[in-house]
Amino acid sequence: MMPIEIGAVLYVGAIGLVVIGIAGIVLSHHLFRIILALVIAEAGANLLLVLSGFRWDAIAPIITGGGATQTMVDPVPQAMVLTSIVIGVGVQALALSLTLRAYGAYKTLDIRELQRRMSADLAGEAGTPLPQSLEEPVGGRPLPAAEGDGR
Amino acid sequence: MIWVAALLVAMMLVAAVTVLLVRNHIAAVAAASLVSLLLSVLFALLGAPDVAMTEAAVGAGLSSVILALALRRLGLGRVKDA
Repeated sequence: MMPIEIGAVLYVGAIGLVVIGIAGIVLSHHLFRIILALVIAEAGANLLLVLSGFRWDAIAPIITGGGATQTMVDPVPQAMVLTSIVIGVGVQALALSLTLRAYGAYKTLDIRELQRRMSADLAGEAGTPLPQSLEEPVGGRPLPAAEGDGR
Repeated sequence: MIWVAALLVAMMLVAAVTVLLVRNHIAAVAAASLVSLLLSVLFALLGAPDVAMTEAAVGAGLSSVILALALRRLGLGRVKDA
Protein backbone atom coordinates (compact mmCIF):
# COMPACT_ATOMS: atom_id res chain seq x y z
CA MET A 1 0.00 0.00 0.00
CA MET A 2 2.71 2.43 1.01
CA PRO A 3 4.88 2.29 -2.14
CA ILE A 4 1.93 2.79 -4.47
CA GLU A 5 0.74 5.81 -2.57
CA ILE A 6 4.05 7.62 -2.35
CA GLY A 7 4.78 6.86 -5.98
CA ALA A 8 1.41 8.27 -7.01
CA VAL A 9 1.96 11.44 -4.99
CA LEU A 10 5.37 12.02 -6.52
CA TYR A 11 4.20 11.32 -10.05
CA VAL A 12 1.32 13.74 -9.56
CA GLY A 13 3.85 16.36 -8.49
CA ALA A 14 6.16 15.77 -11.44
CA ILE A 15 3.44 15.69 -14.08
CA GLY A 16 1.72 18.64 -12.43
CA LEU A 17 4.90 20.70 -12.71
CA VAL A 18 5.26 19.80 -16.39
CA VAL A 19 1.61 20.66 -17.06
CA ILE A 20 1.84 23.99 -15.22
CA GLY A 21 5.01 24.84 -17.11
CA ILE A 22 3.57 24.02 -20.52
CA ALA A 23 0.37 25.91 -19.69
CA GLY A 24 2.47 28.92 -18.77
CA ILE A 25 4.47 28.70 -21.99
CA VAL A 26 1.31 28.52 -24.08
CA LEU A 27 -0.82 31.07 -22.22
CA SER A 28 1.63 33.80 -21.21
CA HIS A 29 2.02 36.97 -23.25
CA HIS A 30 5.18 38.15 -21.55
CA LEU A 31 8.54 36.77 -22.68
CA PHE A 32 10.07 36.75 -19.20
CA ARG A 33 7.08 34.84 -17.81
CA ILE A 34 7.48 32.31 -20.62
CA ILE A 35 11.10 31.70 -19.60
CA LEU A 36 10.03 31.17 -15.99
CA ALA A 37 7.42 28.66 -17.15
CA LEU A 38 10.12 26.88 -19.15
CA VAL A 39 12.22 26.58 -15.97
CA ILE A 40 9.25 25.03 -14.13
CA ALA A 41 8.54 22.50 -16.90
CA GLU A 42 12.22 21.58 -16.85
CA ALA A 43 12.14 20.97 -13.10
CA GLY A 44 9.14 18.70 -13.53
CA ALA A 45 10.89 16.71 -16.25
CA ASN A 46 13.93 16.26 -14.00
CA LEU A 47 11.75 14.99 -11.17
CA LEU A 48 10.04 12.57 -13.58
CA LEU A 49 13.44 11.20 -14.66
CA VAL A 50 14.64 10.70 -11.09
CA LEU A 51 11.35 8.98 -10.24
CA SER A 52 11.97 6.44 -13.02
CA GLY A 53 14.81 4.94 -10.98
CA PHE A 54 13.20 5.34 -7.57
CA ARG A 55 12.40 2.47 -5.19
CA TRP A 56 10.77 3.31 -1.93
CA ASP A 57 12.72 0.68 0.06
CA ALA A 58 16.14 1.55 -1.35
CA ILE A 59 18.99 3.68 -0.03
CA ALA A 60 21.09 6.30 -1.78
CA PRO A 61 23.53 4.77 -4.30
CA ILE A 62 26.71 5.38 -2.29
CA ILE A 63 29.04 2.47 -1.53
CA THR A 64 30.84 2.93 1.78
CA GLY A 65 33.45 0.16 2.18
CA GLY A 66 32.58 -3.54 2.02
CA GLY A 67 30.48 -3.21 -1.13
CA ALA A 68 26.74 -2.86 -1.54
CA THR A 69 24.76 -4.59 1.17
CA GLN A 70 21.31 -3.07 0.64
CA THR A 71 19.12 -2.35 -2.34
CA MET A 72 20.02 0.96 -3.93
CA VAL A 73 18.07 3.30 -6.17
CA ASP A 74 19.16 3.34 -9.81
CA PRO A 75 22.04 5.81 -10.16
CA VAL A 76 21.95 6.04 -13.97
CA PRO A 77 18.92 8.40 -14.25
CA GLN A 78 20.43 10.47 -11.48
CA ALA A 79 23.62 10.99 -13.48
CA MET A 80 21.55 11.95 -16.50
CA VAL A 81 19.49 14.40 -14.43
CA LEU A 82 22.70 15.92 -13.09
CA THR A 83 23.64 16.75 -16.68
CA SER A 84 20.12 17.89 -17.47
CA ILE A 85 20.06 20.44 -14.64
CA VAL A 86 23.23 22.12 -15.87
CA ILE A 87 22.07 22.10 -19.49
CA GLY A 88 18.78 23.59 -18.33
CA VAL A 89 20.54 26.57 -16.80
CA GLY A 90 22.49 26.99 -20.05
CA VAL A 91 19.29 27.00 -22.08
CA GLN A 92 17.78 29.49 -19.67
CA ALA A 93 20.77 31.83 -19.98
CA LEU A 94 20.57 31.62 -23.79
CA ALA A 95 16.84 32.40 -23.74
CA LEU A 96 17.42 35.35 -21.42
CA SER A 97 20.15 36.77 -23.64
CA LEU A 98 17.86 36.49 -26.68
CA THR A 99 15.13 38.23 -24.67
CA LEU A 100 17.54 41.03 -23.80
CA ARG A 101 18.43 41.50 -27.46
CA ALA A 102 14.76 41.54 -28.46
CA TYR A 103 14.02 44.11 -25.76
CA GLY A 104 16.95 46.23 -26.89
CA ALA A 105 15.69 46.19 -30.47
CA TYR A 106 11.95 46.62 -29.95
CA LYS A 107 11.55 47.97 -26.37
CA THR A 108 8.71 45.59 -25.60
CA LEU A 109 8.35 42.09 -24.21
CA ASP A 110 4.75 41.38 -25.17
CA ILE A 111 4.93 38.56 -27.69
CA ARG A 112 2.03 39.81 -29.84
CA GLU A 113 3.53 43.27 -30.15
CA LEU A 114 6.97 41.74 -30.81
CA GLN A 115 5.57 39.48 -33.50
CA ARG A 116 3.76 42.35 -35.20
CA ARG A 117 6.81 44.59 -35.24
CA MET A 118 9.16 41.82 -36.34
CA SER A 119 6.95 40.81 -39.26
CA ALA A 120 6.58 44.48 -40.19
CA ASP A 121 10.36 44.83 -40.15
CA LEU A 122 10.83 41.71 -42.24
CA ALA A 123 8.24 42.82 -44.77
CA GLY A 124 9.80 46.27 -44.92
CA GLU A 125 13.27 44.83 -45.54
CA ALA A 126 12.05 42.43 -48.19
CA GLY A 127 9.75 44.96 -49.86
CA THR A 128 6.75 42.64 -49.66
CA PRO A 129 3.27 43.41 -48.33
CA LEU A 130 2.55 42.61 -44.72
CA PRO A 131 1.51 39.00 -44.26
CA GLN A 132 -2.12 38.72 -43.22
CA SER A 133 -4.60 35.93 -43.01
CA LEU A 134 -7.05 35.38 -45.83
CA GLU A 135 -9.99 35.38 -43.44
CA GLU A 136 -9.07 38.75 -41.96
CA PRO A 137 -11.75 41.31 -43.00
CA VAL A 138 -10.58 44.32 -44.95
CA GLY A 139 -11.09 47.60 -43.17
CA GLY A 140 -11.33 48.52 -39.55
CA ARG A 141 -13.16 46.75 -36.85
CA PRO A 142 -16.14 47.11 -36.17
CA LEU A 143 -17.01 46.53 -39.78
CA PRO A 144 -18.88 49.34 -41.57
CA ALA A 145 -22.56 48.48 -41.84
CA ALA A 146 -23.58 47.39 -45.32
CA GLU A 147 -26.09 49.43 -47.36
CA GLY A 148 -29.65 48.63 -46.44
CA ASP A 149 -28.57 46.42 -43.61
CA GLY A 150 -31.15 47.90 -41.30
CA ARG A 151 -28.70 48.36 -38.41
CA MET B 1 7.69 9.95 4.78
CA ILE B 2 4.66 10.04 2.56
CA TRP B 3 3.27 13.05 4.40
CA VAL B 4 6.56 14.89 4.05
CA ALA B 5 6.61 14.10 0.33
CA ALA B 6 2.98 15.12 -0.11
CA LEU B 7 3.60 18.40 1.73
CA LEU B 8 6.63 19.15 -0.42
CA VAL B 9 4.75 18.34 -3.63
CA ALA B 10 1.81 20.51 -2.60
CA MET B 11 4.06 23.46 -1.77
CA MET B 12 5.91 22.98 -5.04
CA LEU B 13 2.74 23.04 -7.11
CA VAL B 14 1.43 26.10 -5.27
CA ALA B 15 4.72 27.91 -5.88
CA ALA B 16 4.62 26.93 -9.56
CA VAL B 17 1.11 28.34 -9.95
CA THR B 18 2.24 31.47 -8.09
CA VAL B 19 4.99 32.00 -10.66
CA LEU B 20 2.40 32.25 -13.40
CA LEU B 21 -0.18 34.31 -11.52
CA VAL B 22 1.76 36.90 -9.50
CA ARG B 23 2.14 40.27 -11.20
CA ASN B 24 5.44 41.37 -9.69
CA HIS B 25 8.36 39.93 -11.63
CA ILE B 26 10.75 39.74 -8.66
CA ALA B 27 8.14 37.74 -6.76
CA ALA B 28 7.84 35.42 -9.77
CA VAL B 29 11.61 34.84 -9.77
CA ALA B 30 11.51 34.16 -6.02
CA ALA B 31 8.69 31.64 -6.49
CA ALA B 32 10.62 29.88 -9.27
CA SER B 33 13.61 29.68 -6.95
CA LEU B 34 11.35 28.24 -4.25
CA VAL B 35 10.21 25.53 -6.66
CA SER B 36 13.84 24.56 -7.28
CA LEU B 37 14.64 24.59 -3.57
CA LEU B 38 11.69 22.34 -2.66
CA LEU B 39 12.61 20.08 -5.56
CA SER B 40 16.12 19.69 -4.17
CA VAL B 41 14.70 18.67 -0.78
CA LEU B 42 12.53 16.14 -2.60
CA PHE B 43 15.58 14.80 -4.46
CA ALA B 44 17.39 14.32 -1.16
CA LEU B 45 14.34 12.44 0.11
CA LEU B 46 14.34 10.23 -3.00
CA GLY B 47 17.87 8.96 -2.41
CA ALA B 48 19.63 11.25 -4.83
CA PRO B 49 21.86 13.48 -2.68
CA ASP B 50 24.17 14.43 -5.55
CA VAL B 51 21.27 15.62 -7.68
CA ALA B 52 19.90 17.49 -4.66
CA MET B 53 23.19 19.31 -4.19
CA THR B 54 23.39 20.28 -7.83
CA GLU B 55 19.76 21.38 -7.96
CA ALA B 56 20.19 23.56 -4.87
CA ALA B 57 23.42 25.14 -6.10
CA VAL B 58 22.69 25.49 -9.81
CA GLY B 59 18.91 25.37 -10.11
CA ALA B 60 18.05 27.52 -7.10
CA GLY B 61 21.23 29.59 -6.78
CA LEU B 62 22.82 30.33 -10.14
CA SER B 63 19.53 30.30 -12.03
CA SER B 64 17.96 32.89 -9.72
CA VAL B 65 21.04 35.10 -9.99
CA ILE B 66 20.88 34.96 -13.81
CA LEU B 67 17.16 35.71 -13.79
CA ALA B 68 17.55 38.62 -11.37
CA LEU B 69 20.40 40.14 -13.38
CA ALA B 70 18.38 39.86 -16.59
CA LEU B 71 15.40 41.41 -14.80
CA ARG B 72 17.53 44.38 -13.76
CA ARG B 73 18.77 44.92 -17.30
CA LEU B 74 15.22 44.69 -18.61
CA GLY B 75 14.20 47.45 -16.22
CA LEU B 76 11.59 45.29 -14.51
CA GLY B 77 13.47 44.94 -11.23
CA ARG B 78 11.40 47.36 -9.22
CA VAL B 79 9.89 45.90 -6.07
CA LYS B 80 6.86 48.22 -6.06
CA ASP B 81 5.78 47.21 -9.54
CA ALA B 82 2.04 46.87 -9.20
